[in-house]
Amino acid sequence: MTTHASGDEEHFAGSNKLFISIWVWLLLLTGFEVLLGYIQLPVIYMLVILMGASIIKAALIVAYFMHLRFERLTLVLTIVPALVVCICLMLLVFFPDSFRAKGLRSGGVSTPAESR
Amino acid sequence: MATEAQAIGGDWGGGVHPYRVGHRKLGMWLFIMSDSLTFSALLIAYAYLRASNVWPTPFKFYPSIVFSSVMTLVLLSSSLTMVMAVSASARKNKSAARKWIVATAVLGATFIVLHSIEWRHLISEGLRPFQLPAEWAEKWPGASPLFGATFFGITGMHMFHVATGCIYLLVVAGRVNKLKHEDVEISGLYWHFVDLVWMFVFPMIYLLSIWPK
Repeated sequence: MTTHASGDEEHFAGSNKLFISIWVWLLLLTGFEVLLGYIQLPVIYMLVILMGASIIKAALIVAYFMHLRFERLTLVLTIVPALVVCICLMLLVFFPDSFRAKGLRSGGVSTPAESR
Repeated sequence: MATEAQAIGGDWGGGVHPYRVGHRKLGMWLFIMSDSLTFSALLIAYAYLRASNVWPTPFKFYPSIVFSSVMTLVLLSSSLTMVMAVSASARKNKSAARKWIVATAVLGATFIVLHSIEWRHLISEGLRPFQLPAEWAEKWPGASPLFGATFFGITGMHMFHVATGCIYLLVVAGRVNKLKHEDVEISGLYWHFVDLVWMFVFPMIYLLSIWPK
């Protein structure tokens, strides 16, 4: 924890140079994503690579711009695992079922594994 | 000899702040958690609809993708100006903090203007929340008419957050001399979250819907 509300001195972790370098990395990752869109890989590769790059970008924003990297571990453990578990549960429930729904629509009932 | 609080359980024994943040900052983090789940639910609903239907991929690289890339650049730059504002506030340089916050709000407003142009273009093509333009329906026979609902719903929700963020930032800029550093930092948390959400909306809505070559 490096920033606190009380007292005259406010300690703020990270230099402007660090923040600019994070911004450059975010721009580079965005440029990479746009390049992939220009090349147009198969949709499954696009999905995996784009989501991977987005998660890296989100992590950089949360860790450095939102300063979570410099907060106490207790705060990080309160926020991050619960979110990750909730989002993974939503994905586990809904994403495979979407393939079943597609199977029903196209006339045949298929399991998620068959659909993939 | 250990005190009673240490004996009971260190940080969690009472009398200390286990997170070492003020209650307002903790409140903002909890709000961000809940809002993250809202956007996650919206994006997962979009993914469900998209995977279970024939889905149009209507965005041409030029102008749509180039245009939305510029929007992304604007939003990323606004995050940089916001972090500069928080940094200036930590150094007690309130006038510099105010300038950086106003710059952030201006970039946010630019994003809204650019996105409104994009919306207007799609609406003029005939896209509605529950109806595809005739050209799209012809190119992708049997495509789900919900493309517009997901597009306007998700990007509209995000734009609403950007708009409220701009108002919030202007209020903070106006009162920056009276506010504590942590209040500026809290407004920064909200703004970076808005930026973070776009990092998922941009690839999922735009880059995965590029017009096939």
